[in-house]
Amino acid sequence: MVDSKKQWKAWLYLSPVIILTLVFTVYPIVNTLMMAFSNDYILAIGSRQGLFYKGFGIDNFKMVLGYQGFMTGLKNTLLLTVITVPISTFLALLIAVCLNSIKAFNRLLQTIYFLPYVTNTIAIGLVFSTMFSMVGVGLTTENPIITTSGIINNVIELFGGKAINWVNEGSSWSANMFVMVVYIVWNALPFKILILLGGLQSVNKQYYDAAKVDGTSRTRTFFRITVPMLSPMLAYVVITGFIGGFKEYSSIVGVFGDKMGPADNWYQMDTMVGFINRNIMDSNAHEGKASAAALILFAIIFAVTMLNMYVSKKKVHY
Amino acid sequence: MAKKKIENATPVVDVLENLEQTLAETASVVNNTESTPMDEMATEMVSEPALTTVSLGDAEALGKGVMKERNIERVKKVQKVVKICVKILTYVFLVAIAISVLFPFYWMIISSLKSWSEYQQNPPTFFPHEILWSNYAQAFDTANLGTLFVNTVFVGIVSTILSLIITVLAAFAFARLEFRGKNALFAGLLATMMIPGELFTITNYGTVTQYLKWGGTYTALIVPFLVSVFYVYLLRQNFKQIPDELYYAAKVDGTSDLKYLWKVMIPLALPTIISITILKMMGSWNSYIWPRLVANDDAHKLITNGLRGATFYVYDANGTPLTDQVNYPVQMAAVAMVSFPLFLVFIFLRKYIMKGVSRSGLKG
Amino acid sequence: MKVVLQELTKIFPSRNKKGQEVVAVNKFDFEIPDGKLIGLLGPSGCGKSTTLYMICGLQKPSSGKIFFGEDDVTELSPENRGVGLVFQNYALYPHMTVKQNILFPLQNFKGADKLTKSEMLERAYHVAKLVQIDELMERKPSELSGGQQQRVAIARALVKMPRVLLLDEPLSNLDARLRLQTREEIKRIQRETGITTVFVTHDQEEAMSISDMIVVMKLGIVQQIGKPQDVYDDPINLFVAKFLGTPPINVFEGKVKKGKLIIGKDTVLNITGVEDQDVYIGIRPEGFIYDEEGPMHCALRNLEVMGRDVSIVSTNEASVNPIIRSIVDADNKINTASETVSFSLKPHKVFIFNKETEERLRFEVVAEENSKATKSTKATPAKKSTAAKSTKKSTAATTAKKSASKTAAAPKKTTKKATSKE
Repeated sequence: MVDSKKQWKAWLYLSPVIILTLVFTVYPIVNTLMMAFSNDYILAIGSRQGLFYKGFGIDNFKMVLGYQGFMTGLKNTLLLTVITVPISTFLALLIAVCLNSIKAFNRLLQTIYFLPYVTNTIAIGLVFSTMFSMVGVGLTTENPIITTSGIINNVIELFGGKAINWVNEGSSWSANMFVMVVYIVWNALPFKILILLGGLQSVNKQYYDAAKVDGTSRTRTFFRITVPMLSPMLAYVVITGFIGGFKEYSSIVGVFGDKMGPADNWYQMDTMVGFINRNIMDSNAHEGKASAAALILFAIIFAVTMLNMYVSKKKVHY
Repeated sequence: MAKKKIENATPVVDVLENLEQTLAETASVVNNTESTPMDEMATEMVSEPALTTVSLGDAEALGKGVMKERNIERVKKVQKVVKICVKILTYVFLVAIAISVLFPFYWMIISSLKSWSEYQQNPPTFFPHEILWSNYAQAFDTANLGTLFVNTVFVGIVSTILSLIITVLAAFAFARLEFRGKNALFAGLLATMMIPGELFTITNYGTVTQYLKWGGTYTALIVPFLVSVFYVYLLRQNFKQIPDELYYAAKVDGTSDLKYLWKVMIPLALPTIISITILKMMGSWNSYIWPRLVANDDAHKLITNGLRGATFYVYDANGTPLTDQVNYPVQMAAVAMVSFPLFLVFIFLRKYIMKGVSRSGLKG
Repeated sequence: MKVVLQELTKIFPSRNKKGQEVVAVNKFDFEIPDGKLIGLLGPSGCGKSTTLYMICGLQKPSSGKIFFGEDDVTELSPENRGVGLVFQNYALYPHMTVKQNILFPLQNFKGADKLTKSEMLERAYHVAKLVQIDELMERKPSELSGGQQQRVAIARALVKMPRVLLLDEPLSNLDARLRLQTREEIKRIQRETGITTVFVTHDQEEAMSISDMIVVMKLGIVQQIGKPQDVYDDPINLFVAKFLGTPPINVFEGKVKKGKLIIGKDTVLNITGVEDQDVYIGIRPEGFIYDEEGPMHCALRNLEVMGRDVSIVSTNEASVNPIIRSIVDADNKINTASETVSFSLKPHKVFIFNKETEERLRFEVVAEENSKATKSTKATPAKKSTAAKSTKKSTAATTAKKSASKTAAAPKKTTKKATSKE
């Protein structure tokens, strides 16, 4: 089958992919490694001089890990991931199981649940920001004049609670965190529901019939049959959830702007990707640090993915 | 992992499965009170010599787990009540989730139509007293949405078309043609999917701005993202399913590779190609980081970046902007305008989007 | 425990809105006696599986009632019925070992029924031993052969000591050799446990070989209920006659004219009790007697020697089937050079059916001194078959049967359906 003419043709067809991949994927991998492990690679944008580093070393990593800013980003990223992935996965599973058990309005509900997927993360982040925002003067002072405390606070007040400063000036880290968890879960549900519902529909109904004849309770059926049968899909949504979580960035920019925090406390909600991006585009950009941070991010993602795969190989049947 | 959480949620879980059953059964049971004597026949048959029965356990255990002389009416009642409760709970839960999903959209739309003073009312209004379309005009002007739309659509269309051509050709080569190093090359490409994009961005930013001098051009927005290994993979899988016989038949008829690709493979893989097209377009519409880096000038700004960067002022009586206040209604109008095209696409191409997403799982 | 089905009916709504409803099961009346093995038999789509699912509660009847013993369980959901069901493709949980699969139903017990771990294990191993899989307990279903999976499925259904055991096409996924072996196994297990068992099959041989009683169904309607031999010997209509028996019954177009039963040109029997009309005549393969002077003539095709018996393959213009297969004793010296072959018939292996309704027409043979056949045979041998077209009918038949069995040697009572001749 292999004749020279076809060989030539195949390479021709593949040439755009190969060239673009070499330039924009392979070279960056090599270059990032070089920059990360160069001791003297401090090149601000605009004064970039050459490709080659001037001495191997791990100074960049030391510097990055020593930064308060990076540690904040790392902490926020880990926390957001660890909190949102289980919540969204469990909620999505619950919704998918419920959805799979009903006939009336099934399609309508399915469409509604999918809606958040087809949105612009930044744009809807602005909506969430609006919903949580207070409007007023002197929010950081003792006696702020608040004209409206935002719809979420209105609801809290309706139930007798006290308005909370979620995202505005003077808002606390935990309030910010809560808003982000809500938004990220809201954003993550559609994909997970879609995958899990697809999985549920492919489970042979006879297993449920068999369980029913044996008088299995719903709880038991859920944990002993549904969950094991769905384990491949669950593993998939958990792994992709973790990967997405570690790369969290635009949802925070959506809610807080590219300063990633309330107006009086920039970078309070910084993430690892936020740190990397800042070290590419800001005036005091440092590509060596950005590269080191990117490699750390990659290492974490790689490790967690491997761990996930290892666990699921043990737990996931077939 | 979240064992505590799961256990707490069991009452809700408990109610789920029964619903299926409830709906599957139509509860139209005609009560037939007339029972016909059939005992004679039974007696006759039982009168045969009884077989020796081996019990599976002692008599006590034998009774366990099977229904004894229970009160059938009670069991029936419990069964019915449980079923109805399960059904109600399921729907309550699903509707509650649906409301939480929809609420931000609702709030976006009604806020975008309120006046600044109405927006600040306490308690808030759930439908604007006076519908203020002018917010949209103001948002359009303030954020320079016209230019942003044009830029984004241009970049989206050009990059989608180019990307499709590249993807189709590569997928064809990988699926159909034989050449040395094919598997290694394919595996190598797939391996790059594991690496987070941020790792490339650092160098690519330098490459594009320093070496290629594309800073502030459409080229910088389009070219670096033309290759999506995942789409190549997806399409190759699709092409592979097309039987070899079709290709050989076409070869015998003297059809060229490209003609075969165009006339046979593309039509057969059309659903996947449509899914890729939509997802790619949506990706352009939603991209933020890269455009923010390489084309942050007003002439080339894309929609997401422009939207996030725009400030919507509240003006006082003299027309002076109050810098410490965000005009939320106007901002919401801008967000709504950015979101509507996506909703339109979703409404009309729902099937392709959901199919594409369930296979790709990557946003954008 | 006996199971009573009362006018059990299942109507499926049509798929598209304009289409007709499908009556899957139509007024099924039957009492399944305690501790018996019942075979529900019929071609695919006859409603036998639907009946089974209604008994176990996975499908709800459109009308009619189901009693377990004295309890009306019609509206009970499956878990409250205490039934064991073996699915056609076993539905073993793929992620659990054999042991976990068998333990699964036991772990569902609640309250007073709850078993301790050791009790559960004891019972699981007991059942495993019964179905002879006790050495496979730690394996996963995917590591088992079809026959072994089948046994695990039975064990899982039996372990909770169901009041009724239901088997849906239990043998259809097995190869021929395993099928033979497994059906004996099912019979043995059923005998040893004494659990009332209903199984569904489309294979008449399977049903006949292990059932205490069979129910023949067609298009949702029960055709006949009875002991396998009785139904075979005394089919109520052409469908039942054709459905039972291998090789299948030979069917001819013929007529009754002035007390003569005529196939083609041959008067094969002299009969009374049937008015002159066109009929279908069914003759069991073993109903032929090789007789050079016999009244029935067919064109000889070939012989198939089967050792003890010889199968004579012949043709006849009046035959509905392309060939006629008659089984005679191998002792017969058959003249294979001849182009024709002649038979006399055993009257009790000959059934006449109305040409329109395909219902059985019962007749009496008028004895002829020179007929070999009638010297030794009686016209209607069936004593214990029950026609179940309706309850009344079956009651009538039962009465007849009862009296018949009491005075087994010389039944005197005649009913509309069953006729006896001395």
